Amino acid sequence: MSVSKPPPLLQIKNLRRLMLGPVSLAANAGECLGISGPSGTGKSLLLRAIADLDPHDGEVLLEGVRCRDLTPVQWRTLVGLLPPESCWWLPRVADHFLNGLPVPLEALGLAPAILQEPVVRLSSGEKQRLALLRLLANRPRVLLLDEPTANLDPANTKRMEAVISEYRQTQSVAVIWVSHDQAQIARVASQHFTMVDGQLQEQTMERDV
Amino acid sequence: MITLGYVDLAIAASLVLLLALLSVRLQAHVSRQLLIAALRTAIQLTLIGLVLKALFANVHLAWVSLLALFMLLVAGREVMARQERRFKGWWGYAVGTFSMFLSSFAVTVFALIVILGETPWYTPQYAIPLLGMLLGNTMNGIAIAMDRLTHAAWEQRATIEARLMLGQRWDMAVSEMRQQAIRSGMIPIINAMAAAGVVSLPGMMTGQILAGAPPVEAVKYQILIMFLIAVGTGLGTLAAVTIGSRRLFDERQRLCLERLHEK
Repeated sequence: MSVSKPPPLLQIKNLRRLMLGPVSLAANAGECLGISGPSGTGKSLLLRAIADLDPHDGEVLLEGVRCRDLTPVQWRTLVGLLPPESCWWLPRVADHFLNGLPVPLEALGLAPAILQEPVVRLSSGEKQRLALLRLLANRPRVLLLDEPTANLDPANTKRMEAVISEYRQTQSVAVIWVSHDQAQIARVASQHFTMVDGQLQEQTMERDV
Repeated sequence: MITLGYVDLAIAASLVLLLALLSVRLQAHVSRQLLIAALRTAIQLTLIGLVLKALFANVHLAWVSLLALFMLLVAGREVMARQERRFKGWWGYAVGTFSMFLSSFAVTVFALIVILGETPWYTPQYAIPLLGMLLGNTMNGIAIAMDRLTHAAWEQRATIEARLMLGQRWDMAVSEMRQQAIRSGMIPIINAMAAAGVVSLPGMMTGQILAGAPPVEAVKYQILIMFLIAVGTGLGTLAAVTIGSRRLFDERQRLCLERLHEK
């Protein structure tokens, strides 16, 4: 009796968008793919296309189900994108966490009192850490992280990496992590790709050398 | 009623001319626009006077409809021209025009048949002024609301996309912007109703009184008109903002700001 292999959690086939692609990629549950490369080569464009925020050619599948077979709301709840700058639309921090917190605030170096703060008083680093919690509250199956620690100091960068790693392992999610920091990619990712002129090139992981 | 002669109008025109000269002296750079606008007023109103005279003499649904259609198309162009970031292509024209058609025409026909009850219902003496008042005010409301909506979408695109990224529906992602746009479109008529009779005497009522109508009758007509304008503006603004905000997104609920003209 042959047992069919389950499809990868996230599969990208010949994705094209403007100067990007064709890109094909697969990420299994619990896996983290790191992408680096110069600015303007299409890294953010790739994440936006996977999150279905921009029209694109090619296929993106979640556990074998095509993006267009799910509603946009279902897709973007399951495939969550964290941009480099977070946006907030309600006055208080707590207003954005009506379904509770997925991870204790202390794990990201935040005091519980921050929930009562007006959003306008937050620093960019606090906003970015809270934006990760807001995204995780949706229980996404895939995390698309676009420079998630660009505004953070080293200690909070480590905390953010630890929280994402913990979530990835306990919830068996796939992560695509875009970063300019090669050392960070070596810490968090199991595969490393470089984006060059809209094309992904697989790199040898530094720790494997 | 005191009948106005051409000399009376010439005296009023000379006042406008004096204002233009004053603005030249003060280097306000509006004299040219002021004179062109005054000239347009005189020509356009004279022409519509002649058209109405002909229309009153030949009461026919086809002629009334033709004039109503012309008024609608001109109002639609005006709505489009007043938006800084209007939709590209025929959508830029259609959103406002269709919304005005839905609201102004429906409210006018309702008022003519149910409230005024004149026979035939399209009697131009009632139908054209009523439609004109409704179109003029609805046009303002829709233009303000659409300008506000498209401007807010452009300015707050990052926030809209942040909400989409978190799995919110398109209408939830722009809900506050839609509310604000509808509010902005309706504020002028709400203010006009609140100030009517206290701060200002509305134009139609003033015109009727000057033409010799009893003040109580003029007031009744003015109240009717203001209620109809409020309903027409509200419905038109609601329709335009609903259609316009949906047009900001594609079938996969992606924000499509490329559908708007850049400044």
